[in-house]
Order: sequence, then structure tokens, then C-alpha cells
Amino acid sequence: MAFYSKNPRNIINNLKSKVGLWSLMKQSHGTCSYSSCLNTIHLHRFLPLTTLPQFTNPDSISHKKGHFPHFQRFQSTTTEKQIDSVPNGEQSQVLDFPGGKVVFSPEMRFLSESPSVYSQCYRVLDDNGQLISHSNFVPVSEEVAVKMYSNMVTLQTLDTIFYEAQRQGRISFYVTSIGEEAINIASAAALTSDDIVFPQYREPGVLLWRGFTLQEFANQCFGNKADYGKGRQMPIHYGSNKLNYFTVASTIATQIPHAVGAAYSLKMDKKDACAVTYFGDGGTSEGDFHAAMNFAAVTESPVIFICRNNGWAISTPTSDQFRSDGIAVRGQAYGVRSIRVDGNDALAMYSAVHSARHMAVNEHRPILIEAVTYRVGHHSTSDDSTKYRPANEIEWWRMARDPVTRFRKWIEINGWWGSEAESQLRSSIRSQDLSRVHGSGITKLGKQVLNFCCFPRGHSRLATIKGASTL
Amino acid sequence: MLAIARQRMLGQSFKKILPAVSVLRSYSSAAKQITVREALNSALDEEMSADPKVFLMGEEVGEYQGAYKITKGLLEKYGPERVLDTPITEAGFTGIGVGAAYYGLKPVVEFMTFNFSMQAIDHIINSAAKSNYMSAGQISVPIVFRGPNGAAAGVGAQHSQCYAAWYASCPGLKVLSPYNSEDARGLLKAAIRDPDPVVFLENELLYGESFPVSDEVLDSSFCLPIGKAKIEREGKDVTITAFSKMVGYALKVSEMLERDGIYAEVINLRSIRPLDRSTINTSVRKTNRLITVEEGFPQHGVGAEICASVVEESFSYLDAPVERIAGADVPMPYAANLERMAVPQVEDIFRAAKRACYRSVPLAATA
Repeated sequence: MAFYSKNPRNIINNLKSKVGLWSLMKQSHGTCSYSSCLNTIHLHRFLPLTTLPQFTNPDSISHKKGHFPHFQRFQSTTTEKQIDSVPNGEQSQVLDFPGGKVVFSPEMRFLSESPSVYSQCYRVLDDNGQLISHSNFVPVSEEVAVKMYSNMVTLQTLDTIFYEAQRQGRISFYVTSIGEEAINIASAAALTSDDIVFPQYREPGVLLWRGFTLQEFANQCFGNKADYGKGRQMPIHYGSNKLNYFTVASTIATQIPHAVGAAYSLKMDKKDACAVTYFGDGGTSEGDFHAAMNFAAVTESPVIFICRNNGWAISTPTSDQFRSDGIAVRGQAYGVRSIRVDGNDALAMYSAVHSARHMAVNEHRPILIEAVTYRVGHHSTSDDSTKYRPANEIEWWRMARDPVTRFRKWIEINGWWGSEAESQLRSSIRSQDLSRVHGSGITKLGKQVLNFCCFPRGHSRLATIKGASTL
Repeated sequence: MLAIARQRMLGQSFKKILPAVSVLRSYSSAAKQITVREALNSALDEEMSADPKVFLMGEEVGEYQGAYKITKGLLEKYGPERVLDTPITEAGFTGIGVGAAYYGLKPVVEFMTFNFSMQAIDHIINSAAKSNYMSAGQISVPIVFRGPNGAAAGVGAQHSQCYAAWYASCPGLKVLSPYNSEDARGLLKAAIRDPDPVVFLENELLYGESFPVSDEVLDSSFCLPIGKAKIEREGKDVTITAFSKMVGYALKVSEMLERDGIYAEVINLRSIRPLDRSTINTSVRKTNRLITVEEGFPQHGVGAEICASVVEESFSYLDAPVERIAGADVPMPYAANLERMAVPQVEDIFRAAKRACYRSVPLAATA
């Protein structure tokens, strides 16, 4: 809770006396009045400000505020307690209201509309795939890590092939998930196959992880005889009863209350499973988001809300979408435990979703995860995003902040991956894709595009995507 | 004084000469062609410049130049105060638009498609449509809701529904559906000038089509009356009513029928609510046969209402049962071959007209 107060020093003194300095540091929201405390704390490492994702208009002043990541250990996933009143004996009076106990104060204090420090963002791997020291994460076995990496590569390849297919007129429409591979795969890896998934439309990676084959993806996009949807739905509207993945609908944010309802029924049936729903930053403006969050908290349903805050809703940047400090802060407003995670850090995503699931299922509570990332591709094949954002910004995020490369570096450091394994993987995906996609009618196309993908990473995607977007 | 008066006289006579000159010019040159998109864009532009209270709201209407480029150039010209890019919440921005209209502004709210208006339908019906009646005339809501309606091409069930019948059943709303560029310009201007809530149903596939327009249509004061249908083609044997894209189909059908010696009268409804019952009935009294055509679902559709109206007022003039051609009674499928079967085609309308004239084609010939 941010205070707008004339006497920061008074508060500091009061707080220092009643509450230890260390627990002060555990506050998830800082205010300017804490800056004096920060100077006295020994920080292990300080991330340079340039690594803060600049996914809004660089000219926007409000986003130039400082970011103070705290690298202390937190022993468990319990949330930090908020100091929500001035514990000054003479000033506080407590009275019972229907909503609960309320502490009175004669000092008129408005809650600030925005914190002076952003809510912190959890990340475990730095930009070079190195584990940040003193970081807290859920360990991943070699098998799972390698599977995660190969799934991320498969997702990237899949996206490229189908995007090109649309450009060639072979399918009518496609939506890529480029830049969000870590969110897709890492979150799926942390869930069990019993957890019911309610996607928006940029999460085919979850289906991929669960075993949806490349052929099944192709069938749906082509709307052929083998399509489970029998040609009823537009491309990318995948669904699978067997894999507990609810069919994609074109409507925005309608899946969020659906997930809460499903979670409620899981609770009633006492199942060891939760509901998971994905949506973008734009989807959080919809009324359905607010109703769903509120209901999840009130009904204490085991649901995980994963918001892919990728900076853009078609051409609308987040600065035009909302003025709150992202999405994670809204959780508290509804009584939902929440966390902000670096969406391009597969290990952090895995840890956060793993812990969230544990809390959701065992404590019957909803959890909100805001995964900050960047939408590298266009909104869909009907969009050309260079019309409203600079091409060099897109390129920078595609190359320098690629979540797949980052994770590869980490598994290489651990000795679980190497260049031989890399070339084996690429060639096996190539041969798999060729034979699967053969049946759906994009043979030569597939070969061309896959050849591109197997070139040194720096050149490949640039060539294909650039070529595609100028069509 | 006299000199000034003489100058003024000269000026006026010049003005009188000039239109004549332009008429001469338009006789010799072909009529100007504009697309429906240009017609809508120019109508919005002119109404915004004429009345500072008019403003636009919707997703992607500003920076993106409009999801279908209808509002192209308007942000640049009028600024962000009058062209608002909204967050993704139809319920939110429709409510805000209605509130602005309560205060006296004239919002033009764009839905990316009318399918998304379902998220906002409470505000459209309960906050906008019913307010004037419920307040005994004290509250007026001069708002326009516009956007593409009905089937496009390969966009599936959640992007293809036609809402003409839904909105037209509600008292307090006016529902318009243009076909060509002249309709688009005239009806949109009328809608913006109208002091009551108007639902303006466009068609995505018609945006790119060009139609010839006269100079009168291009004039900034051009306006079409709400509640009047247009007889696109006169005939004597069968009446075909249609709106939006189906008008084009009906005209094609009438050409095909002419080769068989049947002269169809094609009525472009233009206004679904209020429905121009007098034009329809007058026509049926002349031809004695009626086909209603629409893209939307058949049950409780526009055709059902027209049929009831004709049965009520011109029953004894009917020589054949009224036929309604409508979309299939299924959510719109995506696959191209299925979609073709779910939407009326020219052949369907042609066969219905033949049936109404008791000159039906044997079933074996139908595909």
C-alpha cells in the first residue's frame, strides 16, 4: 500500500521502532519514504536499469521511474505482510464494520494511484542464461529441461512454417507466439495433464507440450477431413478433450470466468487438479477479467490466471490499455495472491507456475501470474506491426531477448546440451515436419522454410519473418 | 454602394452559371465511382467537420486508421480528443459513449464487428434505446453504433452473425443497413444527425466495392431519409426484398429472371427499423408475389417480419406463399465449402423466385 503523506520521516521512525528493518525490506511495494532504508541495506547484486523491458513508448515519462529489484532470499512462497496502517497508539481506533475491522485515522491520506517503485519482477536466469546468485527456484531435471528446450524450438519452427503457409495462401489465417515460447512451454511443463487449460489464442505451446502432434496442428489449420473440429473453426482454434485443452474461441477474455467455473467444480469434486487460464494485457480490460478475479477469490477456487503482458493489443500499447502498474498489482485489489515474472525466463516461469499450482490445489486459492514479455510477431497474419512500432525495436526483442536462446545457454552450462544435440534436434524436427505436413499439402514450402530455420540463428528468422512481413 | 451591389449580383450570377457548367461536364463524363469505404470515411469526415460535438470511439479507430480503414486519416485531422482509441472493453466504451450522449455529445461508436456488440448490448438496449421513452422525452441519446455485420469470408461462427433482426425488434432503436456507396453516405449522415440511437450495420465484403455516385450524393449536405426503402429495379411479376450484400445478389437474380421473361422488382430496404411497410406492400399489391432475402438466421428474422406485415395488410393480393431466403439455421462454419452452403447464394434466390411464379425448376437440375 502506498502512502501519500507529508511526513515520510515520521512514518520511517514509527516503522523502524515497531517493525524490524529486515522485514521492512520484504515489502513488495516500496515508496519514496523507504529510500533512506535502502541505502543502509547491503545488496548482493544490482541489475542495471537497461535490462528493464522497454515495451512502452520510450517517450512516456511515467515509465522512466527507477526499478529496485531486491535480491534477498525468501524462504517460502508465503506473501509478505503489508503494513496497512500507522501503528501509532493515539491515532488508531478500531471499529467493527460489516466488511471487517477498520483502523481510523484523523490524517487524510489518499492511496497513490501508482507506486513510485514498480512491483518487482521475478527472474532467475540473466540475459546470458547464467543463474543469478542467491536465486530461489524450483529445480528442474535434465530430462524435463531438455524436453522444454526442444519443445520451444519446435514451437518456433511450427510458427514459422504456418506463418509462411498463410503468406503463400495455403491457409487463410495464422497467429504466431514468437517471443512467448518460454511462457507457453515452461508453464505447461509445471502443470499436470489433469489441469484444465482455458487458452486465449497465443498458447499452442501448451498443447504441444501435452502431446498434440504437428499433424493435428496442421489438420486444424487446413480444416481437412482429419480435423477434430470438422472444418467448423478458423485456423489456430485448436482444442482437445483428451489433453484437457479447451477449444480456442475468438472472443477475448471470455475464457477467464469459464476457468473459474471449472476450477470451482474441480474443488467440489475434490480433484487433485486446478484450472489454468491464459490471456493478454488487452484482455484484462474486459469486464470478464474483473468478474472472474473477484469470483475466484470469493469462491476460493483453485485457478491460476496467467497474463501474458506482451506490451501490445493489436496496435494498442499498454500505456493506452491501463494505467495501473501492470497486472500483478490488480491481484491484491481482488484478494488474489499474485506475482510478476520475467516471461522470457523459462526457469522463472516454471518455478512460479509450479509453486502457484501447489498453492492453488492445496490451499484452494486463485493465483495471478503476470508474465512480462514482448510480442515479437504481428498480432496475426492480418496485421503489419511495423505500421505502429519501430522495426528495430521488434528486431532487438527477437534477437537479444530471445527466450529460447537464453534457456539453451543455461542447459549448455549445465552440460545437458551441446552443438551436436542442437543439429540433431533441428534435423529431426525437419524430417518430422516434412512428413507430417506432407499430408496437409505444404511440402516444398515446408522444406524451404525449415532450411531457413536451420541456418545460424542470427540470419534465419530475420530472413523468413522479414520476408513475410513485407508481403 | 452600387458598385458593391453590382459585384454581389455578378458573384451570384457566376454562382448560378457554375452549377450549370458542372452539369454539362457531368453529362459528358462518366459518373464518379467511389467505394463504400470512401463513402463512409467521407461521411464521417464531413459530419465531424460540420458539428464539433461529433466524435469517434472504438478499438483501433485512431492510430491504426481503423480495423477496416474506415476511419483513415481522421485522427490526423481531428486529433485524439475527437478520435478515441479505446481499451478492449465493449461494455466499457459503449457505456462511456452513452454517457457522453446523455450529456449532449454525439458519439459514433465503432464495434470491430457487431458480434462484439453482444458484450455491450445491455448498454445499447437498456441505456440507449429505452432512455427516451422511460424519461418521457427528457433524455435524448444521439448516438450511432456502427461496424461490419453479418458474414464475411472464412471467419467462423463468432465473427459472422447478422444482428439486424435482434436490434430491429427493439423499440427506441433505429436500424439501418446500407448497400451501395450512396446508401452508405446518405444513411450514415442521417444516422449521425438523428437525435436517437441508431444501429448502423455495414458489411465487410462491401467495403471495397465501387459504385457510381452522382454529384448530389457527393455534396456535403446529402442525406437520405430514415425509414424509406428504395426500389432498385422496377418489375411487375415478383417482389424481392433485400438489404446489404443481398441487394447485389437480388439484382443479379433479377437479370437472370429477365431472360426467362420474369420481371422482378428489387427493393433495397435500407432501413430495417422503421421498416418501410408501405413501399413493400405497394409493391406486393402490384406483383402479387414476394421473396424476402437476408443473410441472417431464419427464425424470427427480418423476412419473418416482412411476411407477417404483408399477410396483415395485403393478404388478398398474394398469389403465392411468401418465401423467405435466409442463412442456414446453424452457427456459421469455417470451411469454405460448408460456408458456401450456410449463406444464401444467387441460385437459391433464383429458384425461390421461380417457385413463387409457379415456374419452378425440377429438383433433378439442382446441384
